[in-house]
Amino acid sequence: MAVVFERPHALLDVDTHYCPGCTHGVIHRLVAEVIDELECEGRTVAVVPVGCAVMAYDYFACDAIEAPHGRAPAVATGVKRALPDRVVFTYQGDGDLAAIGTAETVHVGTRGENITVIFVNNAIYGMTGGQMAPTTLPGQVTQTSPYGRDVKTQGNPIRICEMMATLSGTAYAARVSVDSPKAIGEAKRAIKKAFQYQLEGRGLSIVEVLSSCPTNWGMSPTEALEWVRTEMQGYYPLGVYKDVGGEENV
Amino acid sequence: MSEKLLMKGNEAVAEAAIRAGCRHFFGYPITPQTELSAYMAKRMPKIGGTFLQAESEVAAINMVLGAGAAGARVMTSSSSPGISLKSEGLSYIVGSEVPCVVMNVQRGGPGLGGIQPAQSDYFQATRGPGHGDMHLIVLAPASVQEMVDLCYDAFDLADLYRNPVMILADGMLGQMMEPVEFENQPHRELPEKSWATNGHQNRRPHNVINSLYLKAPELEAHVRDIFKKYETIREKESRCEAYLADDAEILLVAYGAAARLCKNAVKMARERGVRAGLLRPITLWPFPERQLFSHTEHTKAFLTVEMSMGQMVEDVKLASQFRVPTYFYGRTGGVIPTPEEILEQILKIAGGAR
Repeated sequence: MAVVFERPHALLDVDTHYCPGCTHGVIHRLVAEVIDELECEGRTVAVVPVGCAVMAYDYFACDAIEAPHGRAPAVATGVKRALPDRVVFTYQGDGDLAAIGTAETVHVGTRGENITVIFVNNAIYGMTGGQMAPTTLPGQVTQTSPYGRDVKTQGNPIRICEMMATLSGTAYAARVSVDSPKAIGEAKRAIKKAFQYQLEGRGLSIVEVLSSCPTNWGMSPTEALEWVRTEMQGYYPLGVYKDVGGEENV
Repeated sequence: MSEKLLMKGNEAVAEAAIRAGCRHFFGYPITPQTELSAYMAKRMPKIGGTFLQAESEVAAINMVLGAGAAGARVMTSSSSPGISLKSEGLSYIVGSEVPCVVMNVQRGGPGLGGIQPAQSDYFQATRGPGHGDMHLIVLAPASVQEMVDLCYDAFDLADLYRNPVMILADGMLGQMMEPVEFENQPHRELPEKSWATNGHQNRRPHNVINSLYLKAPELEAHVRDIFKKYETIREKESRCEAYLADDAEILLVAYGAAARLCKNAVKMARERGVRAGLLRPITLWPFPERQLFSHTEHTKAFLTVEMSMGQMVEDVKLASQFRVPTYFYGRTGGVIPTPEEILEQILKIAGGAR
């Protein structure tokens, strides 16, 4: 019988710790499918964050390093400089990448570090129980913005792809979503392009994936996906913000 | 005969690192380690290595973590305030058991402090900068030649024990010039880096470099494993130099630049008929406890001399098990004690001891 669907080789056969309805699992799978299709698992090193994906080293079948909070791009830089022919990617959440690790994020962009950054934006700190993130939307209620994020006192959400697109060393910056089968297909194409650009030595590639957090948003999984579509995509428009090999802002 | 070159300590240690096989250097500008980074910036591109000026000390130490995890010999260098910033990374590097070498060319603190030589980072270095049950191996050179020799050792010890090694120097050793030769590089048998995250090439299960152990018994077992290594290091690696120590009634204890000044003071004291000597710890962690304790048999007093308000003096008291009175003399903030000042302290103790 023909096999039409199976676990990607680059994803280990283990249960993950992610909450029901969380889209980390989908994003893991997309990254793993891309690694399989590019046949690069044996020469790939993953650098995983502090946050919900902290244990991703147990899920990806490639070699993996667990970085200090926010430092994954710096750790990935070290790996890539030591082993330039390896494929190196970071997998980071919004607190990790856009708050404590902002400097590291900006500087891999400006250096044009030839690595790939998978940025999972769910507008909240999930692992620590739902605090306000740098990407939390205006008015969004979290544990540390219990009256809704007031941009006057708590600042504005940061749009990472737009910022990274301004940096000369960024080769590819795209924002995608995984809220529908169609969106998942587009997300995979973006992730694949990001890895391909790395293989071609073009510089930094970053894919921001809008993700859901039903647990900390206090929603059902379906409601959460709807919130990604209606609320998050309004503030964080999907699209390609930079592509040195193609058209911009498709 | 091997060639002798006149070099600054900071440059000599950089050259030694390259000769030890280090091809990756990540740093951030700070005084007084400046010449080390400048040397790396000049040399690394010529030999196919990496010199990367990072966006911060925090980023630099994490680049060290990445390159070390990939199996490369890697180094970073900083001075006191910068080491504080690297502390987070060092804790992760210890927890992840990644080898690397860290240079601290000490200056005065706390805070921004000053840029003159000091030894006020002893606690930070020997108690383990960073959180958790941890130690660095800490080597303390007292000459430009020893900067070179200990740099060779540092890379070997790091690889052998999978633990960061710090070379704790100061602005005086870093910036003074002395003749130095590079030929006496040791060759230790070192284990393969089969743990490295360098791509499994479909030939082995995936390697993971990690310091996270969410189950308490597993974390305890992991820390105990690290401390088993520390026991071996304590047994095998503690080192010191004894100078006129065997018959000394007053035994000075000093490391690094302060030890050089103490040697002069010891000579001056001997000329005046006072049996002074010097014990110079070369490894600060592990502290040469047994060696120091053995001198409690004949010594009437220890005099610890530091370019700080007194930090190593605590280790001297602990190692001597308080069998002999321990005195302290120190200058700090970048002020360097003179041999005459130290002699005065020796004579004062000698007078009291009579």
